[in-house]
Amino acid sequence: MSAEAVKRPDRQPDASTVKQPYEAVIGLEVHAQLRTRTKMFCGCSTAFGARPNTQTCPVCQGMPGTLPVINRRAVEFGIKTALAINCTVNADNRFARKHYYYPDMPKNYQISQYEEPLAEHGHLDITTADGMRRIGIQRLHLEEDVGKLVHEGTLETALSSQVDFNRAGVPLMEIVSKPDLRTSEEAAAYLKALRAILVYLDVCDGNMEEGSLRCDANISLRHAGAKEFGTKVEIKNMNSFKNVQHALDYEIKRQARALDTGERIVQETRLWDPDRAHTVSMRSKEFAHDYRYFPEPDLPPLDVAAAWIDRIRGTLPELPAARRQRFMMAYTLSPYDAEVATSSKALADYFETAAQGSRNPKTVANWVLNEVLRVVPPDDEKAIAACPITPAALQELIGLIEDGTISGRIAKDVFDKMLASGEGARVIVAREGLTQVADASELGAVVDNVLSTHAKVVEDYKAGKKAALGFLVGQVMKWTSGKASPAVVNALLLEKLPKL
Amino acid sequence: MLTRLTVHELGARFRSGEATPSEATRAYLDRIGALNPKVKAYLTQTADGALAEAAQADARFRSKCPLSLLDGVPVGLKDVFCTRGVETTCGSQILRGFRPPYDATVVARLRAAGAVLLGKLNMDEFAMGSSTENSAFFTTRNPWDLSRVPGGSSGGSAAAVAADLAAATLGTDTGGSIRQPAAFCGTVGLKPTYGRVSRYGLIAFASSLDQVGPFGKDVADTALVLQTIAGHDPLDATSATIPVPDYAAALSQGITGLKVGIPNEYFIEGLDPEVEAAVRGAIATLERLGAEAQSVSLPHTEYGLAAYYVIAPAEASSNLARYDGVKYGLRVPGARDVIDMYSRTRGAGFGAEVKRRVMLGTYALSAGYYDAYYGKAQKVRTLVLRDFQRAFEHVDVIVAPTTPGVAFKLGEREDPLQMYLNDVFTIPVNLAGLPGLSMPAGFTQNGLPIGLQIIGKAFDEATILKVAKAYEAATPWRERKPELEAR
Amino acid sequence: MAEAKISMKDVDHVARLSRLTLTDAEKERMRRELDGILTYIDKLRALDTEGVPPTSHAVPMTNVMRDDDPRPSLPQEDMLQNAPDGSGEFFRVPRIIEESGGEVRNGERC
Repeated sequence: MSAEAVKRPDRQPDASTVKQPYEAVIGLEVHAQLRTRTKMFCGCSTAFGARPNTQTCPVCQGMPGTLPVINRRAVEFGIKTALAINCTVNADNRFARKHYYYPDMPKNYQISQYEEPLAEHGHLDITTADGMRRIGIQRLHLEEDVGKLVHEGTLETALSSQVDFNRAGVPLMEIVSKPDLRTSEEAAAYLKALRAILVYLDVCDGNMEEGSLRCDANISLRHAGAKEFGTKVEIKNMNSFKNVQHALDYEIKRQARALDTGERIVQETRLWDPDRAHTVSMRSKEFAHDYRYFPEPDLPPLDVAAAWIDRIRGTLPELPAARRQRFMMAYTLSPYDAEVATSSKALADYFETAAQGSRNPKTVANWVLNEVLRVVPPDDEKAIAACPITPAALQELIGLIEDGTISGRIAKDVFDKMLASGEGARVIVAREGLTQVADASELGAVVDNVLSTHAKVVEDYKAGKKAALGFLVGQVMKWTSGKASPAVVNALLLEKLPKL
Repeated sequence: MLTRLTVHELGARFRSGEATPSEATRAYLDRIGALNPKVKAYLTQTADGALAEAAQADARFRSKCPLSLLDGVPVGLKDVFCTRGVETTCGSQILRGFRPPYDATVVARLRAAGAVLLGKLNMDEFAMGSSTENSAFFTTRNPWDLSRVPGGSSGGSAAAVAADLAAATLGTDTGGSIRQPAAFCGTVGLKPTYGRVSRYGLIAFASSLDQVGPFGKDVADTALVLQTIAGHDPLDATSATIPVPDYAAALSQGITGLKVGIPNEYFIEGLDPEVEAAVRGAIATLERLGAEAQSVSLPHTEYGLAAYYVIAPAEASSNLARYDGVKYGLRVPGARDVIDMYSRTRGAGFGAEVKRRVMLGTYALSAGYYDAYYGKAQKVRTLVLRDFQRAFEHVDVIVAPTTPGVAFKLGEREDPLQMYLNDVFTIPVNLAGLPGLSMPAGFTQNGLPIGLQIIGKAFDEATILKVAKAYEAATPWRERKPELEAR
Repeated sequence: MAEAKISMKDVDHVARLSRLTLTDAEKERMRRELDGILTYIDKLRALDTEGVPPTSHAVPMTNVMRDDDPRPSLPQEDMLQNAPDGSGEFFRVPRIIEESGGEVRNGERC
């Protein structure tokens, strides 16, 4: 065995000198861990975070004599997803064994699907800078996850490794796109859109950092307009949308530079190294996997009835694209606002709950998209669920603005106080006496005071400086600690100034 | 002599109080102590456990609450079944020391019925073989002639029943591994329909062919054990939900008018003349009992062996991939890296026949060869299945020899292909997933048992047992026992 | 003389796929025996199977599935007790190296 287990990285390509007569051809392969309670083929829990090898049984550890039994809910989730991405569900489909030896593989074969996958030939529409693009989906199939390896040190230096089989057997859904993507932005958009659907369907929690959603890419370059595909390279280890984009950008440059210098692209697997921002080759020569697929003899095939598919279709929630449309229609949101508001199901739900019965959904949208999103990220389901200001509390706050109790300015302060103390808006306003002052006679006295104190500014205003009005309003605000109703103050000034 | 009794006879004594399970267990343990060194049927003996279980059965009989007709009955299990806490080797070095943390479903069912486990029985390694000579530990001897093989792969299970070293045993049959040793050892052995009995906990050889089945001293015992272990298991997705009939009730029915098929292709050149004579005699007996014999044709019989020797090794190569030294069993120390560890462990832990079949199977599934080998064999399988389906449109059972010859001498069949030919009459039944039974049909001049095979329609074990019972009642074969010391 | 069905190169390749270390003597014997068996198996080629569907399950069944209800896992000690090299709560294996035709994991090599 060669001691040179460490690969030397390729030289950084210089973006400015790369010629670009090439078109990138990109396909993405996504693995999503399904949110079932139990594993794909046995009744062990799929819960995250247990002590090693405590969520296993003879089946998922591949002990001699054990047999798999299919989890119906995993199949349901697969069918549900297939419908959401416009695939044809194959009534006849079956599992197959995929053979390879690796320490995290309990049986040294993975039960997956090969020639007869659960679903095929779908599509996903993405929004790009150049408008809508339809990305084809080749297939969707179910399989089981493998165990987790812990290396004593790094993989290159470890003298031994340790295996935890808790994760082995967790249901995975693999979705393979057609090689229809052409840029790294499109790839990221596709991934985001697919993830949003998976989360909306509640079949996967879409967490790339934790590994419940994984993405590999296949990328090749060809001359723009060419019909044939170039040699494709597989890219792995991209664990965020940004990393997917950066890795593909790097790879496009690397391959372009290679092609420019007449170098042959090697068909291989490369790992993205986010720290050094390059891809590293995993192979010293080309290979072909011999997985020796054959139909899984321990599992009778599936025959998915049309009635079952229809029942599942009936449970599909409103998908992101449809919800965006509805937000634009029903709540008169702009396309941009609708897009942000539907970044995640959690945020969309939050907004809709807060906008329940509101006369002014656009106001609600502004508050959610500007103020709430200062506090929580738009696509972090957990954070949104844990947000100290609930939709009901937000509704209450906005209600106080709409009924004139407080001004918009004060409301922003109240919002911050609500965050800090967890109390409701009404309680805070009452306790701190933040109620807006709108009484004309009370304010009239203050206005008179300000006008007499700032005679010079009054002169400026009468001389034509409209900005002086703002100063005067500001002074009234200062006198009333911000509680004066801006509308009433404005009206009073405009009434009194001409008389001076 | 308690060890000579059938399960039914033993059960009657327990119920009447004439004997206790502990007495029977001790009698068997003593006999094993005296004869196992010669017969070498047992790999592991569980004497302490057996006596403890027997004591519990004693108490149940005293309070007149036995669990079943098998309560207190001492049995042996082929070492292919996972038994919780008891070493399970599958006849291989690679599983030496392996103590499963769970029971196979059939083991759990026998335990729930009150059966007493005497120990684990010898077998060809990973059930690959027809003589038990492929056991990594030692070869079991045929109780009728200790210089001969008991058959395989369930050689220990067959020999134990023949030599009265257990009241009944369980074996497995993938290409004949119950029926052939039953024939060689002069016992009854039944391979049920595929899916009739759960495979959960049965260490897999060929998933689409393996079945669990009983060995018994007579037909009634065999039926009782089948009754106890048969039925759907949610842990085995290939187990059938078809209800289990009352096999005992079927036994008392006669066979008048029953149509018996005689397959032309099973009476070929190379069939031992004494075997042929015995089987033809058996057919005549059945006719005397009221059955109607007619010829049937199973034209693809000769291709069954070839198809089997693609399908079984292919599935085996996959099922045995898990034996790699990581989680259980043998690990050869001092490996450079994990791949070296895998290869050295498997190289050292597997015997020659297992390696041969793993290589053959891997080859058949490898890139470029799948269609020509595995794909083709699965189609031939369909043709074999259709042969039986067509024949069963005209007959109720098919009767034939179990094997082309009788028990051969240890070391006589060294060429693997020669060894494979032992299974030529049993393999097609596995390919078709049908039930098949072997029972004594006579003896050769040299005193070696000859087996009669009765093949039935899917899930029609009842008819097979009915025919077998009628034949048994009309013949003297089961009276004869092997002459071993310390009878 | 009939052409050999399997060469030494094939034996080496298949042994590697099967993760089996064979001695030279074993390899030669294996080649001969496999050759004989493959020759015998070749008789299948003579059969016309045009239009014949394959049988993977002799007794046809479909849609055997279970509910998504948890069953208790086995205790950690039960699962680790047969480990040839246990390491506390884990199974330990020797170092994992790259090999051509091997598998790649995210962030890891085979």
